[in-house]
Amino acid sequence: MSILVDENTKVLVQGITGSFGARHTQLSIDYGTQIVAGVTPAKGGQTFEHSGKKIPVFDTVAAAVRETGATVSVIFVPCVYSGDAILEAVDAGLDLVVCITEGIPVMDMMRVRAMMAGSKTRLVGPNCPGIVTPGRGEKSHGGCRIGISPGYIHKRGNVGVVSRSGTLTYEAVWQLTQLGYGQSTCVGIGGDPINGTSHLDVLQLFNDDPETEAIIMIGEIGGNAEAEAARWAKEHCKKPIAGFIAGATAPTGRRMGHAGAIVGGEEDTARAKKRILAECGIAVAETPSVMASTLRERWGK
Amino acid sequence: MNIHEYQAKELFDRFGVPSPQGKAAATPKEAYDAAKWLAVKHLVVKAQVHAGGRGKGVFKNGFKGGVQVVGSPEEARKVATKMLGEVLVTKQTGEAGRLVRKVMVTEAVSIEREIYLAILMDRESRRPVIIASTEGGMDIEEVAAKTPEKIIHESVNPLAGLQAYQVRKLCDALGFNTTARQFGRLLHALYKLFIECDCSMVEINPVVVTSDDHVYALDAKFNFDDNALFRHPEILAMRDPEEEDPREVAASEFGLNYIGLDGNIACLVNGAGLAMATMDIIKYYGGDPANFLDVGGGATKDQVVAAFKIIMGDAKVQGILVNIFGGIMDCDVIANGIVEATREVGLSLPLVVRLEGNNVDAARQTLANAGVALITADTMADAAQKIVAAVK
Repeated sequence: MSILVDENTKVLVQGITGSFGARHTQLSIDYGTQIVAGVTPAKGGQTFEHSGKKIPVFDTVAAAVRETGATVSVIFVPCVYSGDAILEAVDAGLDLVVCITEGIPVMDMMRVRAMMAGSKTRLVGPNCPGIVTPGRGEKSHGGCRIGISPGYIHKRGNVGVVSRSGTLTYEAVWQLTQLGYGQSTCVGIGGDPINGTSHLDVLQLFNDDPETEAIIMIGEIGGNAEAEAARWAKEHCKKPIAGFIAGATAPTGRRMGHAGAIVGGEEDTARAKKRILAECGIAVAETPSVMASTLRERWGK
Repeated sequence: MNIHEYQAKELFDRFGVPSPQGKAAATPKEAYDAAKWLAVKHLVVKAQVHAGGRGKGVFKNGFKGGVQVVGSPEEARKVATKMLGEVLVTKQTGEAGRLVRKVMVTEAVSIEREIYLAILMDRESRRPVIIASTEGGMDIEEVAAKTPEKIIHESVNPLAGLQAYQVRKLCDALGFNTTARQFGRLLHALYKLFIECDCSMVEINPVVVTSDDHVYALDAKFNFDDNALFRHPEILAMRDPEEEDPREVAASEFGLNYIGLDGNIACLVNGAGLAMATMDIIKYYGGDPANFLDVGGGATKDQVVAAFKIIMGDAKVQGILVNIFGGIMDCDVIANGIVEATREVGLSLPLVVRLEGNNVDAARQTLANAGVALITADTMADAAQKIVAAVK
């Protein structure tokens, strides 16, 4: 079943005509994703062509939805305009918006979240690699790839992966695939301090998904999202979970790349988070090299 | 990004946050002139460095105290002579201390009461939060530990802004009666500054009430959202590269995300999470990371070359670990960058390279063809163990 997206999901791309958006649209199409429309203001009427597919470009998200029935958007729009792009997608009534963009001012996201309150749209990101539900074809093609993850590392299976980091997620997915464990869905929630979807939100979805049997949760210093998710899982999630927290060696008070990766106090260090995860029954990987094997040990499958 | 106290005062003046009169001075003569202009009996001369604990700090020339109360323009000049061009060591600067290039000369105020006041972005509620306490002028972390009930939190709806009833609530809780109007004005001004300058934190410790019933912000610490600096050129202009690690300044010129640490194993990684995890695994296997370095997903060959040069220019570095999992990043770009960098700068240190992902086969070929003297690794554990062993 997977969560959020699958091979039938109709996806539109905001920023399809930019080089970044175009390249990853091509890769997603190659992977089997149903890209049905693109949106770039003032470029409506153009056609995006790749591998024999002709994808219409629209001026607005609303027009794209009306004409194609897309339910999900992926945003490859520069950070100055991303907040607005998210709000446009929400206004058009999409089920899901995935914002890849890094560098959006925190207050823009604060205002976007406040304005989104009450809407049915789920936001994933920003500053995230996106979502992948692997397919059953060769190199896991035939699935849904939203964002920028390398498709070939995935394999269809039963492990859900949720993470704040992009490349650290690929590391976990690759380890799982190498050990023979496929993934149901991989969700990158992104590295920003204010975002659309938390670890807890995704754990709840994995918990309710019949196809997901085990979970890997990857976090880092800064904030209390991992602790919140772990405490919920202790009470409500029977599926085995393995976790890793990056940033044990990060100095306090410095922003480690991700806008949200900054140690504020005692509670949001890597050590404190690992302790809380362990107390909640989550198997904590000692190093990033043993994330998949830690899950295997806990799962016993 | 940090700013100096005199720059914080410029922001305060712009937004109407009341603070004592003062001017920055870069020479003893300027300090004299500033004191003369202030024309008051009691003055304070304060060393301008991006670090706290100045009052208790000691200069390397023996002069004690980075904050001095003086009684005349001539005294101000004398004190400035002892501070300017000298290195001040405080609890926060570390042993190396900081070179003082400016001082601020301000009117001294007689303090009746000190309040702690801060505004910061709270990620859990996704709102700005005002944090205040009657226990001002002290280490707020100690207050939080010993008497947490004395710390007040008031969160603001970002779409509605700071409401009048919230200001009254805070005045009441903090004991502002005759001076409530002044404190209210300060609060509104500070909130406006916080929002309009895209701050992640503003901390005033202390806000003071003087013996003649004036309310002032006496010292301020600012943190700005790096993501928003592009829309604040006037704040970006306040950046003082001399107060930053020179390796970090060099890296930022190439758009590289770099944080200098103290170890001897340098890292070059794509992605912040993976970069942090790489530092962690080096430590796990007994090594000591020299830096955090995220080349990002869109890094060009030139950026990779620049990154390599910064790493190889760090005298403490005795080995290099490259860990790349290419999602957006094209592994071959990294490979070409490594080849060019080693050709330009020469490679005399052990180099372990672990590549995986987008276009990895071409990358491995590029490195093999160029004959760069490197050690390859499969997994992160393999890579970390190899570099730690090579550096021993």
